[in-house]
Amino acid sequence: MSDEVVIKTEKLTKKFGDFVAANELTFEVHRGEIFGFLGANGAGKTTAMRMLCGLSIPSSGSAKIAGFDVYKQRDQIKKNIGYMSQKFSLYEDLTVLENISFFGGIYGLPDKRVREQARTLINELGLGKEADKLVGSLPLGWKQKLAFSVAIFHGPKIVFLDEPTGGVDPVTRRQFWDMIYDAASTGITVFVTTHYMDEAEYCNRISMMVDGVMKALDTPANLKKQYKAQSMDEVFFELARGAKRKAD
Amino acid sequence: MKQFLLFVRKEFYHVFRDRKTLLLLFGMPIAQILLFGFALTNEIKNSKVVISDQARDEASQQIIGRIEASRSFDIERVAMNQAAVESAFKSGKIKLAIIFPANFNEDLMHHHNAKIQIIADASDPNTASTLTSYASAIIMDYQKDLLKTYSLAMNIHTDVRMIYNPELKGTTNFVPGVMALVLLLVCVLMTSVSIVREKETGTMEILLVSPFNPVLVVVAKAVPYFFLSLINLTVIIILSVTIMEMPLNGSVVLLYFESSLLILTALSLGLLISNNTDSQQTAMLISLMAMLLPTMIFTGFMFPVENMPKPLQIISNVVPSKWYYIIVKSIMIKGLGLRAIWKETVILGGMALVLLLISFKTFKTRLQ
Repeated sequence: MSDEVVIKTEKLTKKFGDFVAANELTFEVHRGEIFGFLGANGAGKTTAMRMLCGLSIPSSGSAKIAGFDVYKQRDQIKKNIGYMSQKFSLYEDLTVLENISFFGGIYGLPDKRVREQARTLINELGLGKEADKLVGSLPLGWKQKLAFSVAIFHGPKIVFLDEPTGGVDPVTRRQFWDMIYDAASTGITVFVTTHYMDEAEYCNRISMMVDGVMKALDTPANLKKQYKAQSMDEVFFELARGAKRKAD
Repeated sequence: MKQFLLFVRKEFYHVFRDRKTLLLLFGMPIAQILLFGFALTNEIKNSKVVISDQARDEASQQIIGRIEASRSFDIERVAMNQAAVESAFKSGKIKLAIIFPANFNEDLMHHHNAKIQIIADASDPNTASTLTSYASAIIMDYQKDLLKTYSLAMNIHTDVRMIYNPELKGTTNFVPGVMALVLLLVCVLMTSVSIVREKETGTMEILLVSPFNPVLVVVAKAVPYFFLSLINLTVIIILSVTIMEMPLNGSVVLLYFESSLLILTALSLGLLISNNTDSQQTAMLISLMAMLLPTMIFTGFMFPVENMPKPLQIISNVVPSKWYYIIVKSIMIKGLGLRAIWKETVILGGMALVLLLISFKTFKTRLQ
């Protein structure tokens, strides 16, 4: 982790009519950091994340992603971020190799680099035999790992993971987090939303969203100390208790 | 550009790996052409015929005998006068009337020139034309036999009249209709479903987050279906010309150009539908409802638009297939060139352009 700031927001707000989905979010994320974004369903996590990815225009406030402005420099932002959504999002009717080449290709990587990097990646994931199999035939855990690898294939500065481990068994989740650590160690900033409190412990810092507002932002250890809690679970309940919005 | 081609290749993978859809894509036009074709050109047996024999002479009796012997005709009765024939037609009981004028034999023997009038109910055009040609053939046969006996040319002139639908629309009507139907269905359905599928699986988000131009996503998706539709069109044309004996009198290039306009219209419609739906099922249902019914009803190949009430006729003008249908008939049957159909071409092209603009405008490059 370095002191270099890669995400910087200032009172970032998103309204849908009268409904304030995300209210004056102000925070910074550093290079190589694993930044956990927690909150109950409907707390505004996904909305906030979409603004940061350039998928949704903020109603007010400012944000710089990898040094680029979310209003004016969306194209630059897109080149510098990776994204993996809560839905498994590779093409099931394409093979492992075809998926990698396709996503590498649309980020404009040269063919040669795509080929070489794909070979390395497939070996690392241990998918040597499956390279020419359709992704749809792989077990879910492998698909998730592959989706993550594809999301950082083009070497982004930041990767956004929207509940990446939903529906995955604990062993695979653990392996998935190993991959996240590896990515962070190479200097990729990881911005991750999750429901799992044990995963929250893996993050360098955590922010907690309640009713569209960022209620807490600190390291897991400090948060536990502050709320005199044994685990992140307790911290979460303590903070989320006051939530008025119902989960959707 | 490289990215674009990459995307198009991916779309082709999707299409070719989905066997069921592929089968539907190519099976449907063939099945429809054959179905429509053979359902309409089946051999006709035992059609009710009225014969009005005002001559009652040797020749007329001989011809009536031959008609009676044919399995195609079932002589309802032999009426005496014109009024009886007309009332039989009006009641809808008969399909054909054969009228021998008085002095038939005499005209034939002395003037070597006699007339027989054949009247057909052409509201069922295929049956009408088949029946008249059967009847004419029987009469021609008789004429040939006369030639053998008398070695003198004796002309029996058959005067064929089609009532209710004099232009005999319908015989070659269904092919242009099916062409419009298949092109619209395939393009609208396939594009809308394939775009919505990306929304459903979440890959659309990934694409929108990537630097790839969102508009190109849509264009790239349309490319495979454009080509597949052209292949489909070729299959339909070959089938209809070879098996259905559909004429192809005009320019093939012009036909493909006009078809491309319809395909473009359909692709834009598919895009428009996908912009407003989030599930493949909805997209499919809307496509079917929005395409199948109006195309069937308003194109004119099933129900003649001219016979519809005025408001429906006005509505029919916004159905793209109506114009395409006119164009294809003009090219294939009448062999007309662009000069004769420029108005329809402009309308169809305008529809394509407007729909394309609206669909691009409503395409959401950001998700909510």
